Amino acid sequence: MSPASDSDQRIPLFVERQTYRRRRIVDAARALPLLGLLLWWVPLLWALPTQPVSASTALIYVFAVWFGLVAGAGALIVALGRTRAQDKP
Amino acid sequence: MLNSLAAISVAYVALLFAVAFFAERAARRGRGNWLRAPIVYTLSLSIYCTAWTFYGAVGSAARNGFEYMTIYLGPSLVLIGWWWVLRKLVRIGRAQRITSVADLISSRYGKSNLLGVGVTLLAVIGTTPYIALQLQSVTLSVEVFGHPGLPGTQGPTSTAFWVAAGLSVFTVIFGTRNLDANERHHGVVMAIALEAIVKLAALLAVGAFVVWGMSGGISGTLERIDASELGHWNVQGGRWVGLMLLSAAAFLCLPRMFQVLVVENDNDTQLRMAAWAFPLYLMLMSLFIVPIAVVGLDVLPEGSNPDLFVLTVPLSQGQDGLAMLSFLGGFSSATSMVIVAAIALSTMVSNHIVMPIWLRFTTGTASVSGDVRHVVLLSRRISIAGVLLLGYLYYAMSGGGTALATIGLVSFTGVAQVLPAMLGGIFWRGATRLGALAGIGTGFVIWLYTLYLPSFGPGVVLPDSFFAEGPFGIASLNPNALFGLDGLDPLLHAVLWSLTLNTVAFFAASLFSFPSPLERLQGAQFVNVTQAPGSARGWTQGVAQAEDLMVMSQRIIGASEAVALFQQAAREQGLDGHLPEPTPAFLQRLERELAGSVGAATAHAMIGQIVGGAAVSVQDLMAVADETAQMMEYSARLEAQSAELSRTAAQLRAANDKLTRLSVQKDAFLSQISHELRTPMTSIRAFSEILRDAQGLSDEEQSKYASIIQDEAIRLTRLLDDLLDLSVLENGQVSLNVGQGLLRDVLDRALAAASANEGERGLEVVRDPVAENIRLHTDTERLSQVFINLVTNARKYCDATAPRLTIRVEPHEDRVIVDFIDNGSGVATESQDMIFEKFARVSDQKAGGAGLGLAICRQIVVRLGGEISYLPGQGGGAFRVILPREFALAAQ
Repeated sequence: MSPASDSDQRIPLFVERQTYRRRRIVDAARALPLLGLLLWWVPLLWALPTQPVSASTALIYVFAVWFGLVAGAGALIVALGRTRAQDKP
Repeated sequence: MLNSLAAISVAYVALLFAVAFFAERAARRGRGNWLRAPIVYTLSLSIYCTAWTFYGAVGSAARNGFEYMTIYLGPSLVLIGWWWVLRKLVRIGRAQRITSVADLISSRYGKSNLLGVGVTLLAVIGTTPYIALQLQSVTLSVEVFGHPGLPGTQGPTSTAFWVAAGLSVFTVIFGTRNLDANERHHGVVMAIALEAIVKLAALLAVGAFVVWGMSGGISGTLERIDASELGHWNVQGGRWVGLMLLSAAAFLCLPRMFQVLVVENDNDTQLRMAAWAFPLYLMLMSLFIVPIAVVGLDVLPEGSNPDLFVLTVPLSQGQDGLAMLSFLGGFSSATSMVIVAAIALSTMVSNHIVMPIWLRFTTGTASVSGDVRHVVLLSRRISIAGVLLLGYLYYAMSGGGTALATIGLVSFTGVAQVLPAMLGGIFWRGATRLGALAGIGTGFVIWLYTLYLPSFGPGVVLPDSFFAEGPFGIASLNPNALFGLDGLDPLLHAVLWSLTLNTVAFFAASLFSFPSPLERLQGAQFVNVTQAPGSARGWTQGVAQAEDLMVMSQRIIGASEAVALFQQAAREQGLDGHLPEPTPAFLQRLERELAGSVGAATAHAMIGQIVGGAAVSVQDLMAVADETAQMMEYSARLEAQSAELSRTAAQLRAANDKLTRLSVQKDAFLSQISHELRTPMTSIRAFSEILRDAQGLSDEEQSKYASIIQDEAIRLTRLLDDLLDLSVLENGQVSLNVGQGLLRDVLDRALAAASANEGERGLEVVRDPVAENIRLHTDTERLSQVFINLVTNARKYCDATAPRLTIRVEPHEDRVIVDFIDNGSGVATESQDMIFEKFARVSDQKAGGAGLGLAICRQIVVRLGGEISYLPGQGGGAFRVILPREFALAAQ
């Protein structure tokens, strides 16, 4: 038995819609911190010598991203829990 | 003011003690489900926010603007990205019973104790100044209140000393209460969760007061911020990125964070809640920092300490109550950090430094009896006191100056040196022990040289000339400009060099070294924890003696826990009694249990002492090398099946032996019983014939013969009664006379009755009258019949020169365990499974009865809803009776 056919057997090419959805949610959960990192590194651009960014704008921006990340993480976990509940009838 | 402050602090501490006490009690009674609630776990993570962040964040904002946020942003990203690292870390922690960050590293790299010691030292060096910082913050905040009224009554160092002493008492009481197999501390976690709420509420209250009470709402506050000296975004890009990553790394590696994040974790649900709720907590904690800083700079006189704005701003507005709340918040931040840090460090010190040394000095005695738990607990208690003393000394010696304020990030950088070895260990199977040693060693040395020693100030530890022209004139070794990298912020410089060279050394040494079998085994288990839980095994069967293992485990996890564990394992293997077969699977499981108490390296060494040599079999190695996994898997499965079959065959053989022995005994019994029945019958017949046929018997002769006939008849009746009793019990037709009674009375009665028969042989009975004071709802008559039998047996068969019987009573929630342990030679292993059978008699020499006593005992105890068994490994004959406290009719 060759390794290729072996792995074919173990990981099917097509999966149930439910499983597929679940995997994409996990992908989103993995991508979320990278998105956060990217958004929180935007302030690096403000240091460029243009019009200085005011403190209130900066505060609102950072906290808005923060809140968005919390909401996103919460929503993904709820969605993950829902697919899991449907997995076991 | 200072007096009411002291009173409120004491009341608050008392509340914490009460919360911890009740949580601990609820957990012990098995009613602790709410203690494992995800919200409690989330709140306990808040020990990340120490006094350094509670007071210091405002100070940092006042001095450096928005940089303080990075300390919160990093951990938020780690939690939001829980699917990457935390999920795996937490699962490994549960599967391998990890007790600390040092244990994780040591366990992953072949249970190497050298690594454990290294990480422990790093953690102690990195955490001590941090504890000093907490003591300083409490002292400073007390001084804020003390200043106006009573100057000089309490020196700052004495405040710090009493805080340190109080914290060590709390930590010793609730942190080392028991040697839990899971190393979880419900009392401490609960108290910390409460403190988390207090500090959040305090900071939010001060913030709300500043925003709505002093600045006229949100828009007013934002205008005020823009108009202040913090009005523009002014963060240095390098520090913004560097500190964010550094705090994320430290969040995973700090010993105290690892303790609450991984060790105290119970299930994935907790993590799923913390993944969004803890970033929210951090966001709320940092929400009002800038407004407080801006208002503080505005309102307070020039030169006042911005680190204390959280206290001084409400005080300056006459808001004493709010200031008090804020003081409690800061106090909570400081104390919760110190408590958990002390627990985490003491676990490391005792598992990786004290226990290995102790084990070395007592080599070969792992199977000698005697409780080792007190050694572990004592070493932890001493370590806790030691860690706090170190923190206090550091504080007292550094004089509590501003030098301490920078130590937070210094400490972060120190513990972050563990990160490459940790992440490499859980994601890369190629990481080796040598690599980890090289990486952590390199990072540690560079951190010491470029950041830790210079943090004391130039000229204190390192001479001034080092910073001016480099050591011995070598400019490229200047601690602030290593290899000519000049002009960088000293912290960033140190972080960059230490972590980069650490990672390079770790990677290179891993590539060029070859791991030992145990390392490869552990590597595979750590990296694949989410796919194949525990497929590879570390022990070969055969050499270990189950009884020796039991004796050793009793010393570490406690007698009753060990007996329960072994019994459960035996039951899962389909065996009767207390001792399981020492299969590799069982050894593996036992090692995990022990690792939960004393750490992986020590547990491995202790089992190694008993099992001896080869820990990894050829079969295990083949399982690791998965190039030919398919074939190996198949043959391993065949081997497992054949092992299973031979085990079943052994069990069948044992059962057959037992049946044969039973049949032989039955034959022997039948011949004996017919003999016993025949002897009295013969004399009854003979004397009744004499009475019938002989003429002229005198009255005395007649009555003498008649009483002989009667005596023999009574003997017959007693024998038949015993048999009848047994058969009635066995058929379940017995009627029980259930009532209330004290266990002590039942034992008294049984001992009196048992000693009435034979007075000449002195049996010393050791009892514990306090433990025996238990009310039982059962048939006391039948119960005392059981006890009489056990005591009589001890009297008859205990062959010690000074026979002694110990009656040990162990009350549990719904049942009572009574052990009868004598100091004789006990029952031979091959007879242990027979003694409860009918007609069984172990030895012939002193046999008095027909061998029905223990059989009747077992029937009675089963009728009463309990069980009786022989308890091996107690240094003599030992019987264990387990009774329900409330006799339930359903048990019949």
